[in-house]
Amino acid sequence: MIKLTNVFKAFPKGGLALKDVSFHIAKGEFVFLTGHSGAGKSTVLKLVYADEPPTSGEVRVSGFNLSELRRKDIPMLRRRLGIVFQDFRLLEDRTAEENVAFALEVTAARRATIPARVMRVLTQVGLAAKAQAYPRELSGGEQQRVAIARALVNEPTVLLADEPTGNLDERATRGVFQLLRDINASGTAVVMATHDLDLVRQAPYRVIELQEGALVYDSAVDELRDQAASP
Amino acid sequence: MRLVLREALLIFRRAPLLSALSVTTIAFSLFAVGLFGLVAVNLQQALRQVAERVEIVAYLLPGTPIESITLAQKDIEAFPEVASATYVSEDRALARARAELVEFRDVLQELERNPLPGSIEVKLKAGFRDAEHVNEVADRLRGFGFVDDVRFGRDWVEKLDRLQQIAAAVGLVVGAAFAAVAVIIIGTTIRMAVLQRSREIAIMRLVGATDGFIRRPFLLQGAIKGMLGGLVAIGLSYGAYVLINRWLIQAAFFTREQAGTVVIFGTLIGLFGSAASVGRHLRRV
Ligand SMILES: Nc1ncnc2c1ncn2[C@@H]1O[C@H](COP(=O)(O)OP(=O)(O)OP(=O)(O)O)[C@@H](O)[C@H]1O
Ligand SMILES: [Mg+2]
Repeated sequence: MIKLTNVFKAFPKGGLALKDVSFHIAKGEFVFLTGHSGAGKSTVLKLVYADEPPTSGEVRVSGFNLSELRRKDIPMLRRRLGIVFQDFRLLEDRTAEENVAFALEVTAARRATIPARVMRVLTQVGLAAKAQAYPRELSGGEQQRVAIARALVNEPTVLLADEPTGNLDERATRGVFQLLRDINASGTAVVMATHDLDLVRQAPYRVIELQEGALVYDSAVDELRDQAASP
Repeated sequence: MRLVLREALLIFRRAPLLSALSVTTIAFSLFAVGLFGLVAVNLQQALRQVAERVEIVAYLLPGTPIESITLAQKDIEAFPEVASATYVSEDRALARARAELVEFRDVLQELERNPLPGSIEVKLKAGFRDAEHVNEVADRLRGFGFVDDVRFGRDWVEKLDRLQQIAAAVGLVVGAAFAAVAVIIIGTTIRMAVLQRSREIAIMRLVGATDGFIRRPFLLQGAIKGMLGGLVAIGLSYGAYVLINRWLIQAAFFTREQAGTVVIFGTLIGLFGSAASVGRHLRRV
């Protein structure tokens, strides 16, 4: 599904953002990506959605080898991913509905099917009633739900979320997190970068922790080792 | 296609001010080109009118039989360069002199014998009214046995020649400079439009839009802006033309084809300017 093997990432200006990172995320998993600010969480996600190429090592996502990916293949990869950010990244001059429909229009989706598919995901995120609202008329939590609906409408196999609750208060955070859990429960893998440790502790999901670009903890690996160590 | 059109129109609706600014900029850039073109067109026409007066006169020996003259006239008219060959008899030459040279009417009146020779006046077709062709035709005229002398104002033809060459060269250089400036200015306004929408472009890429999909609405709106700019430029030029005609000199306006060329030029600048700006932007992100 998502497989990083000995990945290094150096930015032209700035040091080594990722140092020898390897992990494998299977279909349907829920994974927390944690670490302090600057640890490399966003960089990992950028590699996965081909916003940046790895400096060395191999990144495989949903059948694509990103080291060999040509520019014109990037849209095909992105259509299999759903991506959500801390700052929502909605188009300000389009309604919730239009923002979601937009993600379908750019693909080869059949025009006639778009309205129904849009309403279905908006219902799924609990915003069917606000379909006609513009982003400025929505709360942060609601905007993030629209962004999640947009990420879901192409029926991705993985949802990548970079601090999706970073701009939300506690209540909205719980709501959005619950929504991501529901999405995962229905079979979509979720990779969520966060430094909200309360959230991480709340749920029994896999945790991958980065520190200054290095992978220092992966619960999937380390728990197995711990179990093996204890008699 | 409907989607592309909708997105293109959305670009106008979202940034009406910037769009109006681009159209205005394009219009004034093309207007400058158009004004210059108008000057060029009029200058060319003036030169053409002057060139139309280029005439070669073959003076005939006295006593040449009229049959030979008629035959020669036919021959000359068959030259590829020649538009017309008119025979002016000795009598007609005198009559003309009397009519035109009023000051000498008395002198001419008193003549016992007509001193003026008969002649064949040769006009050349457009495109052959330059020194080289005039000389050639003059040489051929001299070849007729009964032709006494051939006159065509050599200096004058050569000067006209040079004037036309200079006008063409200056026109080309200044016109190209104007067009280049227009392209640069228009390119800048289009780049502004692209930059203004860079956030939107980034989001489009994020949700899996291909470069072509992102580019198409920009190309369409660029072409529309260029076309509108071209039309406004023609309108402005027409206004200038009306003013010039009323207050300064009798001038000519663009032909339908020339006006069409300005509009097409605007459309193409809009199209290729957008293509270049969006392409550059996409390559960088
Ligand atoms: N485009 C870039 N150019 C240069 N350096 C960069 C770039 N993007 C990230 N970095 C560097 O890479 C390192 C990791 O950044 P990254 O954004 O992945 O951290 P993060 O874990 O997401 O942090 P945060 O929790 O603050 O979002 C940082 O040191 C950062 O300065
Ligand atoms: Mg980050």
